Amino acid sequence: MKHRIAVTVNGKEREAEVEPRLLLVHFLRDNLGLTGTHIGCDTSQCGACTIHLDGKAVKSCTLFAVQAQGHELKTIEGLAAPDGALHPIQQAFWDEHGLQCGYCTPGFIMAAAYLLQQNPKPSEDDIKKGLEGNLCRCTGYVNIIKAVQTASRTMSGAAEAQPAASGG
Amino acid sequence: MIPAAFEYARAGSVEEAASLLQKHGEDAKVLAGGHSLIPLMRLRLAQPSALIDINGLKELDYIHVEGGRLRLGALTRHVTIQHSAEVRQNLPLLADIASEVGDNQVRNMGTIGGVFAHADSAGDYPTLAVMLDAEVVTNRRRIPAREFFQDLFTTPLEANELVCEVSFPVAPGSHRYIKFRRRLFDWAIVGAAAQQVDGGWRVGLTNCGPTPVRCTAVERALSEGASVADAAARAAEGLSPSGDLRASPEYKKHLATVLVRRAVEQAQAG
Repeated sequence: MKHRIAVTVNGKEREAEVEPRLLLVHFLRDNLGLTGTHIGCDTSQCGACTIHLDGKAVKSCTLFAVQAQGHELKTIEGLAAPDGALHPIQQAFWDEHGLQCGYCTPGFIMAAAYLLQQNPKPSEDDIKKGLEGNLCRCTGYVNIIKAVQTASRTMSGAAEAQPAASGG
Repeated sequence: MIPAAFEYARAGSVEEAASLLQKHGEDAKVLAGGHSLIPLMRLRLAQPSALIDINGLKELDYIHVEGGRLRLGALTRHVTIQHSAEVRQNLPLLADIASEVGDNQVRNMGTIGGVFAHADSAGDYPTLAVMLDAEVVTNRRRIPAREFFQDLFTTPLEANELVCEVSFPVAPGSHRYIKFRRRLFDWAIVGAAAQQVDGGWRVGLTNCGPTPVRCTAVERALSEGASVADAAARAAEGLSPSGDLRASPEYKKHLATVLVRRAVEQAQAG
C-alpha cells in the first residue's frame, strides 16, 4: 500500500505517494530529480548520500522516504544562494581543490556543513573525526580537510579579521 | 539495492506499537533508528512483513537520573547520549562509548533501544550493560541485561514486546573503553571495557562470543591484588569467539588480553 508523504525539501513543500520500501535517496533522485545526492556504496558506509534531516546530517540511503513525513530536508542543491552564489563550503572545496573525481563531494560538503554548524572552528583532528562517515575513493582527503579549514575561516569571518599588512 | 516490499505503520503510542506488532505477527519488526535493520533489508538478509515505526514516540526519548540509576528511553539517539551532561556526569563511560558508535550520520539516527533489540555481538553498549548489571525495561517486564542477551541476535523479546528503556546503575568512577578496529567507523574487532565500581573493577569484552562477555576472572584477580598484567592475562579464559574476515579466534583471544590490560591501565591513569 502506498503512503502519502508531505516533506519540505530545500524550502519547498513536496507531496508524493510512495511505497514504504522506497529509500529516501531514491525519492530525492528519482521522484524529485535532485540527483546531486549520490549513491556510492549502498551499504550505509560511504556517506555520498548525506543530506540534512531537520538540520542533522543523515545518510539518505538508510532511511525510507515515508520516515521523512513532516520533516525538513536539505540537499546539496539547497546550499547555494538563490542567485547561484556558492555557499562558503562549496567555494572552499573549489578554491582548495577538495575533490578529484567529485563523486563523493556532495556528501562531504553536507557532512562538513553539519560539522561546522556543530563546531564552527574545528581542529584538524575534529575535521577528521567529523568526516569519518564519508569516504573518498580517490583518497583526496588532504585537500578536503584544507577546504573545511578554509570554509571555517570564511564562515567565522576570520579571513576578514586578518591584518591587511600580512597580505603584503 | 531495493528492500523487499513490506507494510508500514506509524505507532502513536507504546500500546499502539505493541498491538500493531501483535496484529502483523512475528515477521513484523520495530523501526527505530533503522541503521542495522535497513542495511540488512537492502541486502535482503531481513525481509520483515511489516515495519512499525516508533520514531514519533517522544515519550521514549529521555535521560533521567534517579535513585542511583541512569535511565535512558529506548529512542534516545547516540548523538544525544554522547553530548548529555547527565550521562557524562553519572556514567561517563556510556558517553565515551556513544561517541564511537558509527559516524556522525549514524549517531544522528541510531538509538540505544535499537542496539539492545538487535543484539549484535559487536554492539558496544551491551558490554557495559552486562558488566554493570543494567536492566532492559520492555512494555511488559524488566529483564536483567545478563539474561537479555541469549545468543547472537537473540533476545527474550516476545512478538508484541518492545524495548522501552535501558537502566544502568550510576558509575562515575575511573573508566575506559577501547574499541579496536581498522577504520574509525567500523564495528569493534574486539572491544574492552573497564569501569571502577565501589573500589573494585568491572571488566567486559565486545565481539568475543555470541553475547557480551563479563570477565569475572579478571575482576577477581584484580580484587585479590594481582598486577594488571597478570589479571588481564586471564581475559581469554573461557572465551570462544568466532572467526571472521577480519580476525581469527586466536587473534581475538590475544586482543582480549592486550586490550583488557590497556583498558584497566588507562582507566587507572585517568
